[in-house]
Amino acid sequence: MATTRKHRYTSTQSIIKWLSTFAGIVIALAVLLPVIWMVFTAFKPESDIVSYPPTLWPRELTFEHFGAVWDRIPFARLYVNTIIFAGTVTVVSLLFDSMAAYALARLEFRGRSLVLILILILLMLPFQVTLIPLYDLLNSAGLTNTLPGLIIPRITNAFGIFFLRQFFLSLPKDLEEAARVDGASEWRIYSRIIMPLAKPALLTLGLFHFQYNWNDLLWPLIMSADVSSATLPAGLALFMGQHVVEYGLLMAGSLLSLLPVVAFFLIIQRSFVAGIATTGLK
Amino acid sequence: MTTLQGAPRRRVSRKAVTAWLFLAPSLLVLVAFTLYPMIQAGYLSLTDYNLIRAAEWVGLDNYVELFADPAFWNAFWNTVLYAAVVTPVTVVLALMLAVFLDRQFVGRAFVRTSIFLPFIVSLGIIAIAWTFLLDPNIGLLSYWLSQAGFVAEQGILSDPRWAMPAVMFVGVWKNVGFYMVIYLAGLQSIPEELREAARLDGANAWQRFRNVTLPLLSNQTMLVSVMALIATLQAFDQIYVMTHGGPFFRTETLVMLIYRQGFQELRFGYGAAISWVLLIFVLLFSMIQYLFFQRRQVKY
Repeated sequence: MATTRKHRYTSTQSIIKWLSTFAGIVIALAVLLPVIWMVFTAFKPESDIVSYPPTLWPRELTFEHFGAVWDRIPFARLYVNTIIFAGTVTVVSLLFDSMAAYALARLEFRGRSLVLILILILLMLPFQVTLIPLYDLLNSAGLTNTLPGLIIPRITNAFGIFFLRQFFLSLPKDLEEAARVDGASEWRIYSRIIMPLAKPALLTLGLFHFQYNWNDLLWPLIMSADVSSATLPAGLALFMGQHVVEYGLLMAGSLLSLLPVVAFFLIIQRSFVAGIATTGLK
Repeated sequence: MTTLQGAPRRRVSRKAVTAWLFLAPSLLVLVAFTLYPMIQAGYLSLTDYNLIRAAEWVGLDNYVELFADPAFWNAFWNTVLYAAVVTPVTVVLALMLAVFLDRQFVGRAFVRTSIFLPFIVSLGIIAIAWTFLLDPNIGLLSYWLSQAGFVAEQGILSDPRWAMPAVMFVGVWKNVGFYMVIYLAGLQSIPEELREAARLDGANAWQRFRNVTLPLLSNQTMLVSVMALIATLQAFDQIYVMTHGGPFFRTETLVMLIYRQGFQELRFGYGAAISWVLLIFVLLFSMIQYLFFQRRQVKY
């Protein structure tokens, strides 16, 4: 009696589990539809793309778009621009953010709370407000349509400073106190003690910065007058707006553009998701 | 005596210098490229300015024009509509997905990653794929919808009735995974005993969710709602790519309008005025978020 009931219980349990798996896979595939469509279309010849009815699965496979995208669009230029933009911003911003965060979390000085308030205010305000004056400023400095113009305003970030400050506050003080007694300079404590301890937070923030800038559309769109000085999202959007839509080409270009961020994410997925969950709650 | 008094004081001031040196790079950049432009935007909004002519002081003229401008009100109400639909839909969907994905089953990690993936890819780029999916002639989704009896003659993105729902849908799709992760973290912090106790008291699944889980997730709900609201007020990327604000300005949001007035019609003063309206809008909701954080800090 007891065993049959237990048996029935587990079998309904397992049916529910398999139903969950089934429902989960259906949801996942529905969510991934644009990505799947992008991947398959990138391998379809133009004749297949325009034939009716459209199919998800390619009727014929080709690699021509992956070659053509480098010729029809200054795709290599866009790619290099994006790598330099997102890469430089990430590295420099991690340095500057962590330095400022170190001062705010670990050093006592007059005006500290004032600086913290300023950073909180800057954190709240929508960046779109700065677009027009920033463009004006960089334009009069001759920096529009250049990579430095794109990069410089982004090399520090109020969110990054706040995020790292919170993390630094959570670290124990014992180690650095000992080092201070031994006469170590603040720079030494920052670079040799705090930064190594902050690796997980730096990794998370690094991916934040990297994907935010790699993906950003509005800022590069404003700063670049044409496709060649743009980053990938802005360049592809401009190309799409200016030409007869060639979807095979665009999908191949899009796929190549998304790969680095997706790869980066899949590699450090765990700490990234954990980081999001905790920043959301701190 | 004097050395004993002098030594700590000198150390304090040296410490302060060190602190400011650590802060200097960030502060310089933030002041020059964020704080100054924000204030400058306020000044420009009181001028008539384009790149060629010098800024001419016009007082509140831009704002007077703004509040009489149908294009502004159109963008304003589009933004409100976008936020009013996308925010609750995203939050409720994120909660439902989180509850579903909190259960153990085979393939759960794959499903979670799939739903989160849109959040990390470029909306501007993936919106190209969405545009293509919705193409009236060769788009797969358009074809499937037409098979199901839904036909938009010139295509969904060119149909004044359906363009807005389409960009809203993509907006939800993009961010739902992010809020889901926050909810999942919340769910994992709820002690299993609480739900178990309710189960032993005879509460069914819905009652357990309604009376135990949901109240314990109220912090997450508050946080996610404000974050989603602020994000929706700044909607731009997929709209720029998919509809460019059309058809007939039906999907033109405030940020799209700032872009059009500022960078296409080069009306910097007028664009700056619109951006200040957005600023006040966002600031209002950010304050709510800040108060929320303060309250939480007091609680701990």
